[in-house]
Amino acid sequence: MNNYHRFDCVIVGAGGAGMMAALEASQRVGTAVVSKLYPTRSHTGAAQGGIAAALANLEDDSWENHAYDTIKGGDFLVDQTAAEILARDAVECIYQLEHWGLPFDRTPAGKISQRRFGGHTKPNPDYDPSAPPGSPNARPRVPVMRSCHSADRTGHMILQTLYQQCIKQGVTFFDEFHMTDLILVDGECRGIVALEIATGQLHVFHAKSVLLATGGFGRMFKVSSNAYALTGDGPAIAYQHGLPLEDMEFFQFHPTGIYRLGILLSEACRGDGGVMINDQGERFMERYAPNLKDLASRDVCSRSIYQEVRAGRGIGGKDYVYLDIRAETINRFGTSPTGKPVDHRWVESRLPDIIDFSRTYLGVDPIREPVPIQPTAHYAMGGLPTDIDGRVLRDETGAIVPGLYAAGESACVSVHGANRLGTNSLVDLVVFGRRSGRDMARYARDHDFKPLPPKPEAASHAKIRGFLERPRNYPWVKLRDRLQHVMMDDCGVYRTGEGLERARREVASLKEQYATLGVQDKGSVFNTGLLEVLEFGNLLDLAEATVASALARTESRGAHSREDFPDRDDSRFFAHSFAFRDGPDSVRLAYRDVDVIYIEKDGQRQPKYPLEIRKY
Amino acid sequence: MAETTRHLTVRIKRFDPETDSAPHWEEYQVEAEPWDRVLDVIQKVKWTIDDGLALRRSCAHGVCGSDAMRINGRNQLACKVLVKNLPDNTIRVEPILGLPVIKDLVVDMKPFFDHYKSVMPFLVNDEPPPTTERLQSIAARARFDDTTKCILCACCTTACPPFWGDRKYVGPAAIVNAHRFIFDSRDRAAAERLEILNDAEGVWRCRTVFNCTEVCPREIKVTQAISEVKRALLTGDVGEIDASAETAAAAS
Repeated sequence: MNNYHRFDCVIVGAGGAGMMAALEASQRVGTAVVSKLYPTRSHTGAAQGGIAAALANLEDDSWENHAYDTIKGGDFLVDQTAAEILARDAVECIYQLEHWGLPFDRTPAGKISQRRFGGHTKPNPDYDPSAPPGSPNARPRVPVMRSCHSADRTGHMILQTLYQQCIKQGVTFFDEFHMTDLILVDGECRGIVALEIATGQLHVFHAKSVLLATGGFGRMFKVSSNAYALTGDGPAIAYQHGLPLEDMEFFQFHPTGIYRLGILLSEACRGDGGVMINDQGERFMERYAPNLKDLASRDVCSRSIYQEVRAGRGIGGKDYVYLDIRAETINRFGTSPTGKPVDHRWVESRLPDIIDFSRTYLGVDPIREPVPIQPTAHYAMGGLPTDIDGRVLRDETGAIVPGLYAAGESACVSVHGANRLGTNSLVDLVVFGRRSGRDMARYARDHDFKPLPPKPEAASHAKIRGFLERPRNYPWVKLRDRLQHVMMDDCGVYRTGEGLERARREVASLKEQYATLGVQDKGSVFNTGLLEVLEFGNLLDLAEATVASALARTESRGAHSREDFPDRDDSRFFAHSFAFRDGPDSVRLAYRDVDVIYIEKDGQRQPKYPLEIRKY
Repeated sequence: MAETTRHLTVRIKRFDPETDSAPHWEEYQVEAEPWDRVLDVIQKVKWTIDDGLALRRSCAHGVCGSDAMRINGRNQLACKVLVKNLPDNTIRVEPILGLPVIKDLVVDMKPFFDHYKSVMPFLVNDEPPPTTERLQSIAARARFDDTTKCILCACCTTACPPFWGDRKYVGPAAIVNAHRFIFDSRDRAAAERLEILNDAEGVWRCRTVFNCTEVCPREIKVTQAISEVKRALLTGDVGEIDASAETAAAAS
């Protein structure tokens, strides 16, 4: 049968994590990458400001600083062994990318250039606890230039470089194949089923190990920086098979999305000295984060914008504020990263794409005027639970699913905890994509192919036939709009028990209607209507898990902010949530302890990263 | 330009290989806001009138390169054209030219990517790397900056008359990606790439029409990049910048 394929390793998704894994695995065993997009269309390419690594090319820094910032940035819900691996391996991975040809910007000495980013700090060498508050010496930590960049298109360069290396290495790609199912037998993964978009045929990929690297699922929200393709197919299909999703209540809203459209304006804007301004012309972050101000973590900045808007200080009383990257503003606030005044040419050389987006989509020239912005749904901290080698966990005890791996945004290692730091998504992709690729190849070498069940494509076939046979009785797009609205309004930056309960009911009702939908196009070739309906189904399942996890977490931590429970509650919630499907429309939750590193200090066993109240 | 809702007549070239023997034009009536993208307009047709309308799209802000199409006779990314900038209330949308149409606005990209792959679009350097990064001066990095911006959308290649006439011609996008490595001071395979482009189906097919430069959504100076490759072929000089001298000067 032409539609049967056999590879030692099958990788689903051709973004940064998938291709990094492919470069590792394909050196060792037969590997195929299955992706619903051409690899260079993947959303890794939209990442802008940089990838963190403590190279110390421009000032002192250490991987320990990076690990600490990651743990604090995640509001202590980060698994600490994983965070240390992230910070340590980042350095080696950056050099590997550079050796593969990634065109980083350069310092005058010819090294990789680095810039500031939110939440990335080092101890202040001039720190003086007795210094008056607000003075420079009163800050225990100061911003550090850690983000390695290529203008404001770092993700584009990473994606292109990895694809180039895949071509060089002869990696096998199945482009425009949409995964419809995982083949799980006796708790083991044995392959996947995918729809060939160009023909409408189902293909079976028999494998010893499978990596899910399908990216995020921000399309469940109305205003999002995410591509249309980001519908969480990997995590959703695993969840449909009874596997857990970890920390789904933590979804990051990036503070600086283009007003209404949600297109991302990189944090590099603020790393390079830009500031957020309210209707009264105030740099309001001075109130909310007196030390780091506009370089506080993203959750803090997004909440601050909401507070300003609620207090009537949005621009013209509306629901947005300004991002100001004009050279004169940077000079007025003294926020230039070099300490020296900047001019508009410097700003343009650092942020060319950002400036182009604003000019194109808003008609606003950021060189001359401030840009209207609002928080935009950006990044899923949650996803498929994995260990530090990308192996997917079956449950909260840490038991694994043999043969199944996950990496990148679709996974939850967890290195981002309750809130991811800027640039750490790209670090996550390369560090854990690489580790997953190595381990899945090792697993494939150590094991034989196991038989597939009869007709593994039958369930996918029945599901697709259902959508094609039922008449289009209802425009399904309206259901998707309803999902995106309720998630934005009731499961967004601020949440309440009441709102989440409303969201839960709405998602349940949408799921009921989903089961009756049909598509208009009954054809086989490039039936993108059918694809969108399949993707919408995945979003519905992920929304269900997100809302249930958010309802149960009656505390505020990182990106999960409950107005009815405003404080962090470490006694009850210093733990990762695991959401399981329990019957057709209920969710069961379990919790797993956060991984904590202990050290010997003064003859006593103590946590290496003691819990602290998170302030910036 | 009026800042009010516009009533648009959208003419889309449709082709369904399962039912049609040839492409035909269909007309749709859609309301659109001035700041809507043409992509939004096309998706409105898809979502409210005919969900069978096939197109590719993903990022919707001009970085992924999925939605290259011919809009009013000119290759553009549908997500980078705003309704307010349309000259009148009728838009014509058709697939890019020169690649086989699969369905509606979707073309077969394989020949395009095959050309891209043929020019060794990857860094070649077998010298053992240092334990940290390879050094590169700011000037040496700037030498190939423009061509690193390519997103492989195919706007340039499918706007190129020589490519329309000869599909074996590698086309501007492939040359842009060869340029990106030929002029990278870290690369060691410039001669091999230049040899590939010296072929009858290589860089000499370019007639300097400038269509590629005009349509590039990333504003890459495509024709200039092609000319630089031609010049390198004629002179054997890739204009190498002495990085070590520059670095020494910067450090002093």
